[in-house]
Amino acid sequence: MCGIVGIYLKNKKYNSQLGKFLTGMMNSMATRGPDSAGFAIYSSEKKKKYKYSVCSNTDEVKEISKKLSKQVKDIKVKSISDHLIIETAMKPKKFIEILKNYDELSLVGYGSCIEIFKQVGNPKDVVKNFSLEKFSGSHAIGHTRMATESAITTDGSHPYSTGEDECLVHNGSLSNHNNLRRSLLKKGIEIKSMNDTEVAAGYISNGLSDKKSLKETLLDGLKDLDGFYTFISGTKNGMAIVRDEIACKPAVVAETKDYVAIASEFQAMAHLPNVNSAKIFEPEPGKVYSWGK
Amino acid sequence: MNLNLKKESLRKVNETLQSIDRKSNKKIFKISNPDGNHAICAGLKDEIEVTIDGHTGYYCAGMNMNANIIVNGNVGTGVAENMMSGTVHVKGNASQSAGATAHGGTLIIDGDTSSRCGISMKGIDIIVKGSVGHMSAFMAQSGNLVICGDAGDALGDSIYEANIFIKGNVKSLGADCEEKKMNKKDQNILRSLLKKASINESEIKNFKMYGSARKLYNFNIDNVSEY
Repeated sequence: MCGIVGIYLKNKKYNSQLGKFLTGMMNSMATRGPDSAGFAIYSSEKKKKYKYSVCSNTDEVKEISKKLSKQVKDIKVKSISDHLIIETAMKPKKFIEILKNYDELSLVGYGSCIEIFKQVGNPKDVVKNFSLEKFSGSHAIGHTRMATESAITTDGSHPYSTGEDECLVHNGSLSNHNNLRRSLLKKGIEIKSMNDTEVAAGYISNGLSDKKSLKETLLDGLKDLDGFYTFISGTKNGMAIVRDEIACKPAVVAETKDYVAIASEFQAMAHLPNVNSAKIFEPEPGKVYSWGK
Repeated sequence: MNLNLKKESLRKVNETLQSIDRKSNKKIFKISNPDGNHAICAGLKDEIEVTIDGHTGYYCAGMNMNANIIVNGNVGTGVAENMMSGTVHVKGNASQSAGATAHGGTLIIDGDTSSRCGISMKGIDIIVKGSVGHMSAFMAQSGNLVICGDAGDALGDSIYEANIFIKGNVKSLGADCEEKKMNKKDQNILRSLLKKASINESEIKNFKMYGSARKLYNFNIDNVSEY
């Protein structure tokens, strides 16, 4: 099962309501995936600053912040539920190395505008824990998980991020992920879990680092990724959706002059403004749809 | 009678429609704010008319008997699945598996449907004014599927004795599906179906008919290596 949702705002009119919109979408998809939930929010880029979304297994946030600030100059730590958003000018390569010394912290994602949160539990509780309603931004992607293929842990939750400002949510299952994981690891793509979706995220990161566009990468994926899937992929500039050729996994898109919303089922977007007059369609199998700057 | 799904629970609304007092004159109902809920109007069995104002979720009008249901919007997966009789008219688009396994009645879709329209249909008449997705009429056993637009890949795969009438292009045919010559009887069937959907019957000449080549009905020793 699993529920996937995404929303891209075409203008600034609803920026402050992005979190509220996504909360409604995640709540109504809770029935499709009650095991865990997660979401990625994109807000405006801060030049020369990086935001690291980190899941922490300790309550001693203050001590960790202190310890980190000794190693990293000009650091800002924001704590939301069991996640920390660490803001610094330090480049990813260096910072991720430092982070590896902290057993109680695990990196969920990073970039100049992305923040990622994920947690085990009913999506309705998860979005409350992170106060998703209060978030603003330009686009967001969410996932509610019914675990079929790897453990119910934060590591096994979506969205997966294997590159700067990238994220992926997935409804379905892949059958050739073990082989792909091995070949991507050889290419230096970091994949931490045994989950199939993380491999697909790594596949996209690899494509993007080869200077291919997101659209090209997803089209290549139709040949290389075996299994059932509807993917929503996010980057700094926007989002894209693709369904495999069999298209067993549902998706519906609603587009108005102000936003594009994607969800597994229409009921997830019934609360969005003017949705009844939106252009509503189902993405065709094997076709990539993308929106963005 | 107006039923508002924002005020009343889906279960309550469906119960009201499923337990009609046959002596009462209340035969016309309207459902507002469907908001993509699943199984709206599932299991109706009386001759009533229900109009749903908005988009519905999965299995809308599933197992319908006798009722005439109109949807002023789009429908999700499995609209009118396993319908026995009555009419379902969707003014927008339909998702996957529209009219799946339905034994009877009429399903009219003004827009397009996605994949597997009429999968395993067992006697229903389906009229789609737009196009249908891949694997439509898969293992269709009986009934008629009329498509005014185009069909996706593998139309009529493993079809039994259902008829497919199509005006547009067929991307590809499924196994054991072939074009048939339309005789007078077939034309009359098509004429009555077009009439039901208020389509001009002069269009008949633009339709082609497809059905089973009946080559999969019996085991063929020449194919033994395929199994």
